[in-house]
Amino acid sequence: MATFLGINLFGLSGQLLVGLINGSFYALLSLGLAIIFGLLRIINFAQGALYMLGAFFAWMALQYMGINYWAALILVPLAVGVVGILMERYLLRPIANEDHLYSLLLTFGLALIMQGVFTQMYGSSGMSYAIPDALKGGTRLPFMYLPNYRAWIIVASLAVCFSTWWMIEKTKLGAYLRAGTENPAMMQAFGINVPLIVTLTFGFGVALAGFAGVMAAPVYSVSPEMGSNILIVVFAIVVIGGMGSIGGAILTGLAMGVVEGLTKYFYPEASTTVIFMVMVIVLLVKPAGLFGKEA
Amino acid sequence: MKINKLYLALFIFALIAPAALYPVFLMKVLCFALFACAFNLLLGFVGLLSFGHAAFLGTGGYVTGYLMMNAGVTPEIGIICGTIAAGILGAFYGKLAVKREGIYFAMVTLALAQLAFFFYLQAPFTGGEDGMQGVPRGHLFGFIDLSDNISMYYFVLAVFIFGFWMIHRTIHSPFGQVLKAIRENEPRAISLGYNVNDYKWVAFIISAALAGLAGSTKTLVFQLASLTDVHWHMSGEVVLMTLLGGMGTIFGPLLGAGAVVTIQNYLSGGELGNYVSIIMGVIFVVCVLAFRNGIVGEINKFVKKNFGH
Repeated sequence: MATFLGINLFGLSGQLLVGLINGSFYALLSLGLAIIFGLLRIINFAQGALYMLGAFFAWMALQYMGINYWAALILVPLAVGVVGILMERYLLRPIANEDHLYSLLLTFGLALIMQGVFTQMYGSSGMSYAIPDALKGGTRLPFMYLPNYRAWIIVASLAVCFSTWWMIEKTKLGAYLRAGTENPAMMQAFGINVPLIVTLTFGFGVALAGFAGVMAAPVYSVSPEMGSNILIVVFAIVVIGGMGSIGGAILTGLAMGVVEGLTKYFYPEASTTVIFMVMVIVLLVKPAGLFGKEA
Repeated sequence: MKINKLYLALFIFALIAPAALYPVFLMKVLCFALFACAFNLLLGFVGLLSFGHAAFLGTGGYVTGYLMMNAGVTPEIGIICGTIAAGILGAFYGKLAVKREGIYFAMVTLALAQLAFFFYLQAPFTGGEDGMQGVPRGHLFGFIDLSDNISMYYFVLAVFIFGFWMIHRTIHSPFGQVLKAIRENEPRAISLGYNVNDYKWVAFIISAALAGLAGSTKTLVFQLASLTDVHWHMSGEVVLMTLLGGMGTIFGPLLGAGAVVTIQNYLSGGELGNYVSIIMGVIFVVCVLAFRNGIVGEINKFVKKNFGH
C-alpha cells in the first residue's frame, strides 16, 4: 500500500475524491442559490427539497416510464425548473414587495410540504438508483481506484458550473441578469421585461438543483431527507463564500467539499461539523464572506 | 386597564385549567409558549429571524437532564443551570450571528444550530439517537414532590409566568425601546449613537436563555431530553408558532404555540399522524400568503377597525 510520511495515500485520495464529489453538489446548489439571490434577493429554503425532487423525478421516470438516466439528465432539470417557475409566478411574486423574510418562510413551508409528501409516498428509508451502464466500472490509477460514475459527476458538474458562470459573465443574457441585479427599475425602464427575467432566473436556479438531484441519485440513496441535510451545509457554504460572486459560490462549494473530505481522513469525528467551524472562523475574520461584497 | 383584565382572566384560566384539560398537554403548551415568546423577542421586537433556536431549547434540556440524572440536584438548580448554559451558548452564537443581517442571520443561526446538533449527536453523555430517558423530576426545593402532574403543572406555570414577565419587562424597558428603534430604522438608531450590534447581542442572549429555560422545564415535564429538541425541525416549528400567532405581539406566540401543539396532538393520535409535516408546511404557506399578521395581529386589526377611534 502506498504511503507517504505515514499517510495512507490510497485512503487519502479516496476521501479526496468523495470530497470533490460532495463539493460538486455543494457548488451546484450554492450556485443556484447565488443566482436566485442575485435577482430576487431571497434565499430559497426549498432548494434542498427541489434537489430531492430532482432525484425522485429521476427515480420515478425510470421506475414508471422507463426513461433512462441520460434522458432524465435533460428532462428532470426542465421539470424541476417548471416547478420553480410555477412557485415563483404564483407564490413568491404576490409577496415580492413584502419583507424578504416572508419569502424565506414561504419557501421553508414549501420544503416541508415536499419532504412530507415524499415521506408519505415512499417512506423515509430511501430508494436506490442504478448507475447507467455506460458509466459502470472504473479505472485503476497508480494511487487509487477511480469509479467512472464518480469521475463523471465531477466532470459534468464542473462543466455545468463553468458554462453557467460563462453565460452570466460573458453573454448578453448574462448582462441582463447582472444589470437586473444592480438596478431592476432602470432595466425595466429600458424596455426589458424584468418580471419574465426574474421568473426564468428562478426557474434556472432551481433547475440546477434538479440537475444535482439526478446526478446524486445513483451515488446517494434517493430519500426524502436528502435535501434538508445537504441544504444546511450549503447555507454555511454560502455564508463562507458570500453571495457577491458566481465564481466565488462555485469555488467555495468545491473547496468545502475537499476540506470535508480531508477532515474525514485525518479526523473523522469532526467531518460533519468542519464546514460549520470554517463558517465560524470566517465570520470572525471576514464577516462579509470570502467573496462577499457587502459591508 | 383593559389589558390587565385580560391578564387576570388568563391567569385564573391557567389556575383552573387542569380541572378540565390534561395537565401534561397544558405543560407542553406552556413550555412551547415560553419557547415561542423567547423567540418572538428576537423576531418580533428586534426583527431578527433566528432559524437556530432549537439549539438553545436542546441545550437547556440536555444540561438539566444531565444534572438531574447524574448530579442529583434539585429541579430548581437543574433548571437554573440549563438556562445559564443556554445563555452562554447564546452569547457565543449571538456574537457571531449579529455580524450579519437579514437572511444571512437566518442562515448563520441555522448552521450554528446544526453544529450543536452534531455535537449532541456524537457527545457521549446525551445518549445519541435514544436521548436521555427517565430523567427524574425530583423534589422542588428539596421537599415538594414533582412526580405528581398537578404540582408539576403549577411549577411549570410559575416558570412560564416568570419567563413571560421577563420578556414583558424587557420589551417595556428603555432597552426594549432601543430594540424597537433598531427594528424600525437601524441606520437612525446607529446615528443616534447606539451600538446596535451590542443591543442585538444582549437581546439574543436573553432570548437564548429563556429558550433554554423552556427546554429545561420541558425536559422535567417529559423526563426526556432528545435530539428532536435540537433538530432544525424544532427551529422551524417555533417560527411557525410565532408566525401563526402573530409576530411582534405579546400574546401571539402563546396562542400560536397552543394552536400548533393542539394540532400536533390531535394529528399524532389519528390516522393523519404522517401528515404533520405536510400540514405544518401548508400552514406556513397560508400564513405567509394570506395571514401575515397572525391570529392576534388580525384580531388587533379587526378591533382597531371596528371599535377604534
